[in-house]
Amino acid sequence: MTKKSTTVNRRSFIKSVGIAGGGLLIGFNWLACKRSEEVAVADAALEMPDEWFELNGYLKIGDNGVVTIYSPNPEIGQNVKTSMPMMVAEELDVDWNNVIVEQAPLNTELYSRQLAGGSQSIRQGWEPLRRAGATARYMLLEAAAKQLEVPVEDLSVEDGVISHSGSDKTISYGEIAKAAAEIEIPEEDKVVLKSKNDFKIIGSSRKNVDAKKIVTGQPLFGLDTYKEGMLTAMIVHPPKFGMEFKSMDAEKIKEMPGIKDVFTIDTYPEDTQKQWSDVSAFSKLVVVLGESTWQVMQAKKALEVEWDLNPELTKKIEILEKSAGMGEVSGLESSATHTSLMADVGSKKAKAIRKDGDPEAAFKNAVRVIERSYTCPFLAHNCMEPMNFFANVTADKAELLGPIQTPEYAEKTIQSRLGLDLENIDIQMTRMGGGFGRRLYGNFLVEAAVISQKAGAPVKLVYSREDDMTDGVYRPAYHVKYRAALDANNNITAFHVNAGGIKESPLFANRFPAGAIDNYLAESWTVDSNISIGAFRAPRSNFIAGAEQSFLDELAEETGQDPIQFRLDLLKKAKENPVGENNDYDAARFAGVLEMVRDKSGWKKDDQNLNRGISAYYCHNSYVAQILDLRVKNNEPIIDKVVCAVDCGIVVNPDAAKNMVEGGTIDGIGHALYSKISFEDGMPQQSNYDTYRLIRHKEAPKSIEVYFAENGIDPTGLGEPPFPPVIGALANALYKATGKRFYDQPYISGLQGDLKT
Amino acid sequence: MAKFNLNINGEDKTVDVDPSTPLLWVLRDHLNLVGTKYGCGIAQCGACTVHFNGSAVRSCQLPVSSLEGSKIRTIEGLSENGDHPVQQAWLEIDVPQCGYCQAGQIMSASALLESNPNPSDEEIENAMNGNICRCGTYSRIKAAIKAASKSQIA
Repeated sequence: MTKKSTTVNRRSFIKSVGIAGGGLLIGFNWLACKRSEEVAVADAALEMPDEWFELNGYLKIGDNGVVTIYSPNPEIGQNVKTSMPMMVAEELDVDWNNVIVEQAPLNTELYSRQLAGGSQSIRQGWEPLRRAGATARYMLLEAAAKQLEVPVEDLSVEDGVISHSGSDKTISYGEIAKAAAEIEIPEEDKVVLKSKNDFKIIGSSRKNVDAKKIVTGQPLFGLDTYKEGMLTAMIVHPPKFGMEFKSMDAEKIKEMPGIKDVFTIDTYPEDTQKQWSDVSAFSKLVVVLGESTWQVMQAKKALEVEWDLNPELTKKIEILEKSAGMGEVSGLESSATHTSLMADVGSKKAKAIRKDGDPEAAFKNAVRVIERSYTCPFLAHNCMEPMNFFANVTADKAELLGPIQTPEYAEKTIQSRLGLDLENIDIQMTRMGGGFGRRLYGNFLVEAAVISQKAGAPVKLVYSREDDMTDGVYRPAYHVKYRAALDANNNITAFHVNAGGIKESPLFANRFPAGAIDNYLAESWTVDSNISIGAFRAPRSNFIAGAEQSFLDELAEETGQDPIQFRLDLLKKAKENPVGENNDYDAARFAGVLEMVRDKSGWKKDDQNLNRGISAYYCHNSYVAQILDLRVKNNEPIIDKVVCAVDCGIVVNPDAAKNMVEGGTIDGIGHALYSKISFEDGMPQQSNYDTYRLIRHKEAPKSIEVYFAENGIDPTGLGEPPFPPVIGALANALYKATGKRFYDQPYISGLQGDLKT
Repeated sequence: MAKFNLNINGEDKTVDVDPSTPLLWVLRDHLNLVGTKYGCGIAQCGACTVHFNGSAVRSCQLPVSSLEGSKIRTIEGLSENGDHPVQQAWLEIDVPQCGYCQAGQIMSASALLESNPNPSDEEIENAMNGNICRCGTYSRIKAAIKAASKSQIA
């Protein structure tokens, strides 16, 4: 058995790194190979050492030179489990083929921000991850200098082998790891990070460290958890938002084969100290517990439950911003009411979030005012792996294992809900079959824990697809109205955005075109609802980008300008003579992606041969511009090509980053074209993929080209930024193909009526 | 409950389950073969795709009682060392993002190439249309199928 040696106070070191770095996150897991025949054997190729030496909380080195790097952050498909360890390995100076990546468990002592969200993992990990590698390298060199009796300045490292410049002396990391573990941890200012020009691993493509397991069907996901004595649990939640459990007839069900118990739980009793991540429309649930999934599914089907209107949820819906006007819907909400309510509220004055100049006067004096409104429906996240979690809760301990984007917050909720000390709560993260924001909200984890406690047994909670799709935490329904005032020369003299939603506003008041127009007004409103909402890939941007970029396209057309040049002129103004002080974007970088996409796509002004739409947007600290070409055949769009220009600073893992942009582009197109959750009397009208349309192979773009800006700027977000803008490019291309503007998502409704959405 | 004899990945197995149990849950809950994924339970997403006498089928719709005498292949049995040309192509092109749907995609792709070693773009799209990928790896899946096709023909 391999021995693991941990010496002197490693934990406090990591903690200090975490604080100094302003937030640590990291992760590693892995085996890299460039050629496929290597990939096939990589798992078997690395021999385990006899002894490991832990140099800090991020890595340990074996006596044979094999390095394990821990990946603290949750992996939801954004590939951080590969790219974050690359950053550690870069500064450590090791051969990537000698690295194993392991998913770290939740450990708030060792790591901070163990969270997948906001496209922040790489950006916020950039400094601390590299520092973790560089600090270990420093200690290895110090130990080598002592052993070889030479000055440390005369030593260099390549691929984990230390060489002395004045002789032929060498020593490997494996040989010196034990001594390095005894070296005092250096002060932060002694450890110098590499110059970007010296990067060998960062900036060169490395393959997904879990790929071999994925393509051979090895257990990786929460749903793949099977443990001794484990029971399967499924929940039954109310069929409608606004209802709650009344009664059930469970006796016959309990007699069904394999069924162990049927009972109710209250996931979040009033005294639970909830975190922001505890979002659930249905706290009281029916639980069916049994030996196997199919048996539980059958019992669930046969179970008769009576539901009642929930008095707390049937209150009249309030308009939260009273200034926006009044309106109400009943406790059981319907999409038709939502739509008319939003149109009504959105037509009125709302709370001003930002105002530059005198927009009222400019609109009054305008020669022409262009006004357009845009909407989108609720969306379900639809992670391909439905919500699930394993829990084994005993009198004094909770063992939790599964897919969660926010383990640290879940741990606090469990502490409060079960009355356990944090040190007795163990949360392990599995690779996630998609996240997209849904697994930020760990109601299913809490449910699993409560069920296990009540059952007195280890359980795996499994949501059926229907449970998953009708559980809420939806992308909100939004509405935005834009107005532009034009003078006699078609100059934009004022711009007005009035945005809101159920039950969150999509407004970003300080984003482009704020800063580019002298008279500007941004207003915001929300409408309350008993339907639960949550962050969905590129929250708020996932709607407002497409709306704004459609409106700008129309403005360019109405004023007789090329849509790219139109945007560049606005950005020039924002760069040279910005209006206001809080503009959140860099106008030069923004213009840079527009110019890049124009050049790479061979954009021509007034191109009559192609139905091309352009769009560009800034979010999650990154800039993306896209040009989309399509045809419409039998009322179905055929997307021939999308060209993407991306500025996310330094690209850590280029091919994986390209994959992310391709996927985000397809995901954005798919949701804007096809997807929606609608309601009738509180009931979601879509509950599985026969009624909820997701984009499929045939509908995906025939070709996607991706170009990255090369500017050496520290990396920024990438998981979310490609998603929002392509929706504008799609709407603008649809207009070119059909002569009709598209204002309401899903756009397929505008092409075909409601039949196929 | 009843006993059923199955041939999975070339091995004979006996399971004692309700006759209505779909192959998907027999594989996952009873045979410790978890590579075949649950996604929708109604044959709409393709995550549970396996080979049934060589054809790609949705295992969530195959009751265990209908399987006697049939040969079932799952992702775990597609190749001995994970080196089936389609798996190799998937690694080469680095297709997966979250990875959850990929076993089903690979099973559909390998069945396609078995019956049509050199498919056109349109044939690939048609054969793969039942497999949803929420991450949107469709471009890479197509590229990987073409790469596998080439390597098989070569």
